[in-house]
Amino acid sequence: MSQNEAVKRPVSRKDMTKWQWTWKEMKRNKTAYLMVGPFMILFFVFTVLPVAFSIFLSFTEFNLLEWPKMVGVDNYVRLFLDDEIFILACKNTLIFAAITGPVSYILSFLIAWFINELPPKIRAVVTLIFYAPSISGSVYMVWSIMFSGDSYGWVNGTLMNLGIIDTPILWFQDEAYIMPLCCVVALWTSLGTAFLSFIAGLQTIDKSLFEAAAVDGIRNRWQELWYITLPTMRPQLMFGAVLAITQSFGFGGVVTALCGFPSLNYCAHTIMHHLDDYGGQRFEVGYSSTIAVVLFVIMLGSNMIIKKALSKVGQ
Amino acid sequence: MAKKLRTRNHKVVLNRSAGGDAGISFFLILMGAFMFLPMLYVIMQSLKPLDELWMFPPRFYVMNPTLENFSDLFSLMNTSWVPFSRHIFNTVLITAAGTLGNLVLASMAAYALAKLNFPGRKWMFEMIVMSLMFHSTVNQVTHFILLTAFRMVDTYLAIIVPALATTMGLYLMKQFMESSVSDAVLESARLDGASEFRTFLTIAMPMVKPAWLTLIIESFKGLWNTGASIYIQSEQLKSFNYAIQQIVNGGVARAGAGAAATVITMVVPIAVFVVSQSNIIETMGSSGMKD
Repeated sequence: MSQNEAVKRPVSRKDMTKWQWTWKEMKRNKTAYLMVGPFMILFFVFTVLPVAFSIFLSFTEFNLLEWPKMVGVDNYVRLFLDDEIFILACKNTLIFAAITGPVSYILSFLIAWFINELPPKIRAVVTLIFYAPSISGSVYMVWSIMFSGDSYGWVNGTLMNLGIIDTPILWFQDEAYIMPLCCVVALWTSLGTAFLSFIAGLQTIDKSLFEAAAVDGIRNRWQELWYITLPTMRPQLMFGAVLAITQSFGFGGVVTALCGFPSLNYCAHTIMHHLDDYGGQRFEVGYSSTIAVVLFVIMLGSNMIIKKALSKVGQ
Repeated sequence: MAKKLRTRNHKVVLNRSAGGDAGISFFLILMGAFMFLPMLYVIMQSLKPLDELWMFPPRFYVMNPTLENFSDLFSLMNTSWVPFSRHIFNTVLITAAGTLGNLVLASMAAYALAKLNFPGRKWMFEMIVMSLMFHSTVNQVTHFILLTAFRMVDTYLAIIVPALATTMGLYLMKQFMESSVSDAVLESARLDGASEFRTFLTIAMPMVKPAWLTLIIESFKGLWNTGASIYIQSEQLKSFNYAIQQIVNGGVARAGAGAAATVITMVVPIAVFVVSQSNIIETMGSSGMKD
């Protein structure tokens, strides 16, 4: 496309300095700036500025009352060398992320792909069944009712009735059960935005691609998936991956709602809890910003790895 | 190897083995049960009379369904000093304005970022993706300072304006514009003399209808579930969700009302979802999406 434009323009790019050329391009694309303008201004004010300020705060000591005091990298040193709970939180976060991230990502895609072939009416119902758990803000509380620690909880009651256990299990107060249960609940609510975007993406694929592929010798649905569906869906796959990362690393709300805060012996304490603890309760905003920056770097790293992996899809 | 072309549901489906179909159906049913049973349990709980809620052994299914919990909830609603209709109005206003505004701003920006080649588009997009990974709790301090400076604290705008620039919607739209809108079609529209705005509205947007319906559902879901916000202090400006949570937190005696509240807050986003889903299917059924 850019080649065509170069032909149209009487003056070629070589005749100008880089800045002159950029300026000319900017003038030529006035409409484009009008289109991104409103969004970018709001984005800049309400996202970029706060993030930049938080990164600055991560090098300070700030309690919301006094002016921030520069402390250099002290916060970072304290975080890695002096904060055992943070190390524990890192471990838990990585476990959560490593389990719930890939599983929910792959499940979202597989289920979206499977139901894409159902007849439209049935597909609508099935989509609703899978998507419904993530639609309501607090419906996951049903798990705390089902796994309630007294004998009226459905799981305890049923197990006791069958004679499998004698006394009710305190599901969300027992180190052995907290992590697995929270993972299950997280997965239950995880077929959300990415899942929907996969469904929508599958529906916008040009059907003639599959017919052409069949003629070209694609033998089964798995080959079709690998050589056609996945490569065409790459933009949606990338979108889903970013969401899976933010979801699985930012995981914590569910744990707090189900196990209380802090969880027993910090056994389900995640980086997000640690951050909220310092930012929202102890008002050590500088230190919590440091945690946010570290979490940010971890997520960027995993994003880069996934980007690399996705570029190999379909080859 | 001969390829068999057969039709299923009016569209060409290729190379499907019966064994694969059976395995997939089994998997879907298993997963479907895992997803659906807890949802069903909430509905059952909301229909149980008090003695069934506290009975041993507990039952999954309700024996004598009653609407007592709902009527309980409604009478509790009437005791709050801000009329409940006000909370509903607040949530509807915030949700509608935020969702619509986000849709307009995000799609416009997404179109430009995906299809127009202008200086700066690359780093703009990179920044948007990166921002998704920054945890927002620590941003609240800056948000508060900014919203105070704009005199938006304790108004609807404190929630609506930041929601307009939700980056997830833009990212979604941009990805779809990239994969589903062909440059050739846009180019021919431009050659016919259509302005960039017109091309965007009449050519690109209809092609990504599933994407913006997804954006609407997601944005709606997010705003509808807005609970307590540190930016709004006045009781009469608070959301439906906040108010209903206040009631539910009342304790044990209200266990049934809690389930009823969950069902009520669930119903609206699900209704929105169902409407937009049927819309997606209609558009897709009429085909002619490409070229």
